[in-house]
Amino acid sequence: MFSNLFNFASPQAFYPVAGRMISWFGWSAALLGVAGLYIAFFVAPTDATQGESYRIIFIHVPAAWMSMFLYLVMAGWAGLGLVLNTRLSGMMASALAPTGAMFTVVALVTGLLWGKPTWGTYWVWDARLTSELFLLFLYLGFMALKEAIDDPQRADRAGAILALVGVVNIPIIYFSVQWWNTLHQGASVSLTRAPSMAATMLAGMLVMALAAWMYSIAVSLARVRAIIVAREQDAAWVRSGTR
Amino acid sequence: MKPRHRRLAAVVGGLALLGVGAALVLNAFQSNLVFFFSPTQVAAKEAPLDKTFRLGGMVRDGSLKRRTDGLTVDFVVTDTAKDIPVTYTGILPDLFKEGKGVVTQGRLGPDGVFRASEVLAKHDENYMPPEAADALKKAHNEGAAKSLVPGK
Repeated sequence: MFSNLFNFASPQAFYPVAGRMISWFGWSAALLGVAGLYIAFFVAPTDATQGESYRIIFIHVPAAWMSMFLYLVMAGWAGLGLVLNTRLSGMMASALAPTGAMFTVVALVTGLLWGKPTWGTYWVWDARLTSELFLLFLYLGFMALKEAIDDPQRADRAGAILALVGVVNIPIIYFSVQWWNTLHQGASVSLTRAPSMAATMLAGMLVMALAAWMYSIAVSLARVRAIIVAREQDAAWVRSGTR
Repeated sequence: MKPRHRRLAAVVGGLALLGVGAALVLNAFQSNLVFFFSPTQVAAKEAPLDKTFRLGGMVRDGSLKRRTDGLTVDFVVTDTAKDIPVTYTGILPDLFKEGKGVVTQGRLGPDGVFRASEVLAKHDENYMPPEAADALKKAHNEGAAKSLVPGK
């Protein structure tokens, strides 16, 4: 079974597989997104203290989760490429970075808009907000570094080292609200205890999180196909157009 | 050892070293990473008392008083162990309430009163509909009433 899986490490074999998966994940993202937004706006109740402004969580929390998770996946691919010298790994890492950066921006911007009415300020330099902003710079730095180096293999190696160094930031973001006093509240949902929110609110948030997953997979697959064609443009299978 | 094993060892070892390094740095800067000080820390003089700092805790129930100018408010920030009186002139955030979290920035005066230049509301991680919040409050009040009236 594993020998079959490794076949897909070849860009040529992975290209058509990725193409077939895109529409499946894309439609899942659309359906889950519609269902999630319906729960968010029509089913979930108003919050007792925050009123309607709490509804930001339906986009803010999934985006923040994705921004951290995609970085881990990206660094995982980058590390795999560094160790095994597989060609596809670096392309996967490159394909994930823009989506991760986008979710980081969404988390930061929705947080700003929520912070003003709730806390009374758009931005404070507390540990959670600062480390999430640092995550955005890591994504942007990773993309810039890869773009700056012409040779793809050297770009992959340099990018991989930067991505792996940045992994340290992920637990800092996640645990910042536990380790230090922050203005940002603690986690409402964790694996170790019951969530501290109403069931329909939680359902809406989880459906939206699932939609964000599906979207990320679909978009990353589409992007990795473009990267494969760009990098392998001199290969016979791309030139002959048999893809 | 194959080259790819060597590279794996380098990646894993590098990450481990980096993790230890980060832990040491964060530990060393522990006191600079806190966003606010609690009343207990202020009472123990752990906060930079001669400079501007942030004080965080709960607004004590029944402590909020508005002065006649309509803009200046006095309240008490508590962490249930220690209390610090705070005075502030300006607009309070919507979520500022007695019994809720607050983070204030300012200086501690010689009279022990904290003069805030900025007041931020700190939201907790609980999300619930108003009906559930009312039910909780009611249950809490009934529990308190029961403990006051023996035999009921």
